[in-house]
Amino acid sequence: MDKAHIKYTLSWATLVLMIFVFIYVTTIFDVIGQYGMTTIVLIGINLIAAVGLNLVIGMSGQFSLGHAGFMAIGAYATALVSSAIPSIYGFIISLIVGIMVSGVIALAVGLPTLRLSGDYLAIATLGVAEIIRIIIINMKSTRGAAGIFGIPNFVNWQVVFGLSVVAIVFVVNFVRSTTGQAIIAVRDNEIAAESLGINTTKYKVIAFVLGAMLAAIAGGLRASFIQSVSPQDYTFMQSITILIIVVLGGIGSISGTVVTAIVLGILDVILQNFGSLRMVIYALVLIIVMIFRPKGLLGTSEFSLKKILFDSGGDHGNNNSKNQ
Amino acid sequence: MVEAVLRVENLSVNYGAIKAVQNVSFSVNPGEIVTLIGANGAGKSTILRTISGLEKPVTGNMSFEKQSINHMSSEKRVSSGIVHVPEGRRVFPGMTVQENLQLGAFTVANKNQHKVAYNNVYEQFPILKTRRHQDAATLSGGEQQMLAIGRALMANPKIILLDEPSMGLAPLYIKKIFAIIQQIRDTGVTVLVIEQNANQALKIADRGYVIESGQIIATGTGAELLSSDEVRASYLGG
Repeated sequence: MDKAHIKYTLSWATLVLMIFVFIYVTTIFDVIGQYGMTTIVLIGINLIAAVGLNLVIGMSGQFSLGHAGFMAIGAYATALVSSAIPSIYGFIISLIVGIMVSGVIALAVGLPTLRLSGDYLAIATLGVAEIIRIIIINMKSTRGAAGIFGIPNFVNWQVVFGLSVVAIVFVVNFVRSTTGQAIIAVRDNEIAAESLGINTTKYKVIAFVLGAMLAAIAGGLRASFIQSVSPQDYTFMQSITILIIVVLGGIGSISGTVVTAIVLGILDVILQNFGSLRMVIYALVLIIVMIFRPKGLLGTSEFSLKKILFDSGGDHGNNNSKNQ
Repeated sequence: MVEAVLRVENLSVNYGAIKAVQNVSFSVNPGEIVTLIGANGAGKSTILRTISGLEKPVTGNMSFEKQSINHMSSEKRVSSGIVHVPEGRRVFPGMTVQENLQLGAFTVANKNQHKVAYNNVYEQFPILKTRRHQDAATLSGGEQQMLAIGRALMANPKIILLDEPSMGLAPLYIKKIFAIIQQIRDTGVTVLVIEQNANQALKIADRGYVIESGQIIATGTGAELLSSDEVRASYLGG
């Protein structure tokens, strides 16, 4: 069992390394150019935010419509802190500040709303994201609607790649932990979970707070990478962009989120050539996917290397009847 | 005189303006099987849900092992030994049998105890061991009910509250479930069970309470209630 586990982990690590090397080689030979590089970074940032949102929507079954608000907190934390301390340490501190503030606000929103059953979180988060944006517009230190420019850049594609991998590994392992299983139990059957002594509100709040924290990381990376922040970047549409990635990939499927973030990122680049038709085609693609794959590209199943690599020749001592 | 393990005194529970349970008092002694019988909507489920902390009483007192549990959270009640198997099975469908059982031991911090609990449950329900890597959704109704009961046993209960365990099961499984309830009691766990299948429930019960419109209208040993004309006429089909 342990040996199989090591083999399994190693093959994942190899895959990640291969992707890394692939991107690295394309940068050396300058195949994709500056624009392609930017796309890769933005895909990674969306991916981190979407994995966080999938933790909330997919794992805890709660609908959040205000992910952009938490991204904004992370972005402005990075803008303010790393402008004041323009070093890599300043940047790291700024990410931590963003994570903390975002977590505290998520806690304050989640505690009262997640006690109730129903879609109250969706309504509350919708409001909170707007409130955050309006506070940012009206505060002196955030320079209102103009935003903040000249933020030092500490983010390149390697940083985003690394943090994306960390975010995915964290979420996948979290889902398998006792806490993660409790969150899924609450989603699947709240009454049964409660009867087993699982504090349902607590576990819904944990998922929501962690999702908000991941959003803050995504926001911070983005601010540092594009070196500016403005309230217009974090409107309701940004929440929807992240939501689309989660829904299209399959609610509850982390691999679906990863695949969709990449596919939509590339699609966005291709559609640049179509000018004003771009949004029409984008919308059409979304509609077509929803018609043919109503549960999302991957449904609730996860991409499993175990199955592809090790299941070709009979039983390997893994009981993975559950993996798709 | 034995000291009751669970004592409910003058319990009343309302759902809004509806008085679901009115002034109900009863007790359960250690090692007993006690059953609450009564028609649909008599308030039986509400009583169980209130004991396990899923509903709040308007008035009344509940004590477990001589300690008041009125203001105890439902998690605390589970870890102190009151475990509820809610109506309608309610397994986690996308999880395997083993993962379901694992969650049953959620309040048990000691990992060594988990192993002992697994062994006990698998010994009592060999079918669950066979199916331990299968998704719970693929189990039959009877197997799901066994899983729900097994999952509750994982929490190491002192008293188990069973809400309509035989509901919707095939006759063969109904027999099995009642045999299991007796088995559970024989391992030292006290059982409080509510049933519409009053005949079967009273046969295995040490004592029973008959509930009508949220009030207790009769009480006695299982045998006494079985032979009572009034109970026979109302709940046992003449």
